[in-house]
Amino acid sequence: MKTTHYSPSRRRFVKGAAGASALIGIGGVPLTIGAENTPKMKSPEVMRGRHFDLNIGYQAVNFTGSNRIATAINGSVPGPILHWKEGEHITLRVHNHLHHDSSLHWHGMILPSGMDGVPGMSFAGIKPGSYFDYAFQVQQNGTYWYHSHSGFQEQTGVYGAIVIEPANPDPVSYDRDYVVQLSDWSDQRPEDIYSTLKQRGDYYNFKHATVSDLWQDIKNKGIAQSWADRRMWNEMRMSRSDIADVTGYTYTYLMNGNTPEQGWQGLFKRGEKVRLRFINSAAMTIFDVRIPGLKMTVVAADGQNIEPVSVDEFRIGVAETYDVVVEPSDDRAYCVFAQSIDRSGYCRGTLTPNLDWQAEVPAMDYSPLLAHRDMGMAMSGHDMGAGAMQGMDHSGHDMSGMTHNMHMGQHSDMNMQHAMHKMPVEKPAPAGMGSQRKIAHVNTEFGPQVDMRSQSPMDGLSDPGIGLRDHQERYGRRVLRYSDLRNLYQTEDRRDPEREIQLHLTGNMERYMWSMNGIPFADAEPLQFKYGERLRIVLVNDSMMTHPIHMHGVWSELETGDPMHIPKKHTVIVQPGSKISYLVSADAVGRWAYHCHLLYHMPGMMREVHITEQGDLS
Amino acid sequence: MKYGFLTPVLACLLTSVTPYAWAHSEADPIVSMLSFKQFEQSKIGDDTAAIWNVDAWVGRDFDKLWIKTSGEYSDGKRQDSSVEVLYSHAVSTYWDIQTGWRGDFNDAENRQWFAFGLQGLTPYFFETELTFYVGERGQTALKLDTEYELLFTQKLILSPEFEVNIHGRNDRQNGAGQGLSDIETGLRLRYEFTRKFAPYVGVNYHKEYGQTAEYSRDSGTDTETMSWLIGLRFWF
Repeated sequence: MKTTHYSPSRRRFVKGAAGASALIGIGGVPLTIGAENTPKMKSPEVMRGRHFDLNIGYQAVNFTGSNRIATAINGSVPGPILHWKEGEHITLRVHNHLHHDSSLHWHGMILPSGMDGVPGMSFAGIKPGSYFDYAFQVQQNGTYWYHSHSGFQEQTGVYGAIVIEPANPDPVSYDRDYVVQLSDWSDQRPEDIYSTLKQRGDYYNFKHATVSDLWQDIKNKGIAQSWADRRMWNEMRMSRSDIADVTGYTYTYLMNGNTPEQGWQGLFKRGEKVRLRFINSAAMTIFDVRIPGLKMTVVAADGQNIEPVSVDEFRIGVAETYDVVVEPSDDRAYCVFAQSIDRSGYCRGTLTPNLDWQAEVPAMDYSPLLAHRDMGMAMSGHDMGAGAMQGMDHSGHDMSGMTHNMHMGQHSDMNMQHAMHKMPVEKPAPAGMGSQRKIAHVNTEFGPQVDMRSQSPMDGLSDPGIGLRDHQERYGRRVLRYSDLRNLYQTEDRRDPEREIQLHLTGNMERYMWSMNGIPFADAEPLQFKYGERLRIVLVNDSMMTHPIHMHGVWSELETGDPMHIPKKHTVIVQPGSKISYLVSADAVGRWAYHCHLLYHMPGMMREVHITEQGDLS
Repeated sequence: MKYGFLTPVLACLLTSVTPYAWAHSEADPIVSMLSFKQFEQSKIGDDTAAIWNVDAWVGRDFDKLWIKTSGEYSDGKRQDSSVEVLYSHAVSTYWDIQTGWRGDFNDAENRQWFAFGLQGLTPYFFETELTFYVGERGQTALKLDTEYELLFTQKLILSPEFEVNIHGRNDRQNGAGQGLSDIETGLRLRYEFTRKFAPYVGVNYHKEYGQTAEYSRDSGTDTETMSWLIGLRFWF
């Protein structure tokens, strides 16, 4: 594909990092063991201690053969790996050397609202030439990450990993410990990517159905069936191959900052247990990860320990983290392979006892196509979720959508909440098992800004996801599902939810507009939570895209079927045309961001969550 | 007015350089596009003509300013051209309502129209424009234009296009007759070196009907033509 040259940004140690922050080794080198022979690839540095100086600035990089300017932390992309200890009070002085406002958000950290790093909600942002002092106590352990929450700076390099050592003995045993941070790089300016998508929503998709695909179908299924298969897509004006908005056409996928040609390297000795801390720091790319020849034992999701699950493959949404342990039994190199959800590219690394050994890089899997279920349409009786088949909505609604849209600014989530209140008040289903409520589409969902409404969304919990559903039969790979996740510890807050909020993830691919309940962030009222309340959020994906939804400040406790072991996540994938529910304990007063973590969906598909003592003030 | 035909082109260029009015990631920035949908040389027998069909727009998700221009340049002068300046408003998932002004420029007379139309995507992916026009002297016209794309590969694309014009009453000066005036159908095969740059070859068929055809016969012009095309499709 693209040739790659060594980036000068990487190996430079950063002089700006002063204070007590010590630089120890190179990030790819085991955190627990000294280096035997130094890998040739690039790795972010590791910073330990309690006081950190971080500098966000411009940095020349070259990932594709062309020189570009990245926005980097301490001169590297990714930024340094921050190594903290649970229970410690830490301070971080973040300097902004950019010409624009900047910020750092500590993704998945439980901390005071003012330290969360979201401009306009937690603080005013960091002005050019200025700095901000973050200070908070580390109340958790595990694998997290941090990134800019300003503009599209995340796309151009402002992200890094966080590893927090537990205060108590780690339930996971391992001999080596590596961060594996996945990301996507484009030589295009992110603002240009965004406006290109507004000009043409399918600009980056080069997997459209062609005449020869049609011919194949006709040969295999006959004309009538081929026509029938395509009918709904044609009528709805949607493409079955619309899996990722931004693809390998412009992206170079990185593993710890290494291009596929370079590859990342991690050393092991046969028989050792290797802990890999996967972090998806991409702007727009969901990855499917596997290590051919090795079973992976998933031990943590989003930094939180889970009951170990052995899998061959897992999907990692943007902003999610998974810790896995592998035990290579052979004296050979293994390929750590992360392919993009649409199979337009991959990044890779090598686990090896010898740095001169290279593992075979597998071919990418077939490119997935969307199916009827991804539009929230049940195709057979047993597919139906709690929301009964309501039939396809039609023109009457569309007209009302038109009028509503004319004064969209006046609409708000408050309307929606009131609409919910008016419904027959049934007690929410008990904690852990998910919602039983009907799926209802509020009137703000009708209009030019929305292209689809799931009529009978399936439960996304046990769905491995688009493109992975047949991997068991096809390749014999056991794929991780959300329904596999059980908290290693017992659920702390065992209250049943007092109320439910149903939020619909909405958009228009053709116009490239994204929103929640049809209302973009700019026009939306904050969601009001009452401090101390336990509530359930039901996310309904009224689009064909896979959305990773991140709530700041409080945990998203995913209802995976065992009320006593509810896993805690900070980012939850909502499958196309599906629904999923989680519980929230509103135990952190403040203003919090709540949004899709796909960078170009975020400006529209976002809400402010306002947690106050009074709760809903309206 | 010698270089009058340049005005619409310049207008397009000006709108396309509108700078980004945003520094941060607001969801709905001002975006613009300049699209040379057809920029081609046509050949009918020994006669050649340069033809353009250019769209430009600037605006936000719901509201945009559109400028559309098309025309023909041959024998060293502009033959027929039109410019539309339209306010475009999104009214449903795939449709915009467009209202505004249209000016036709030809040797006989320059005409002005009020335009009201729908532009969008029909089921089965037909890019469609349906516009109703009311002229200065009360004359009316209806234009339907629709285009489809057939992908042989991701880059080799065949694009059939069909246009039909209907007029409300006879307009001898401009050679437009009442009822169905003419149809035009084109077939262009392009190769997208990039999404934004695609040369093509094609063929175009044009036929006039009824009184329109009568007017043409009176003035000695063909009522049915078939032309070969070679051109470039590009956008910014």
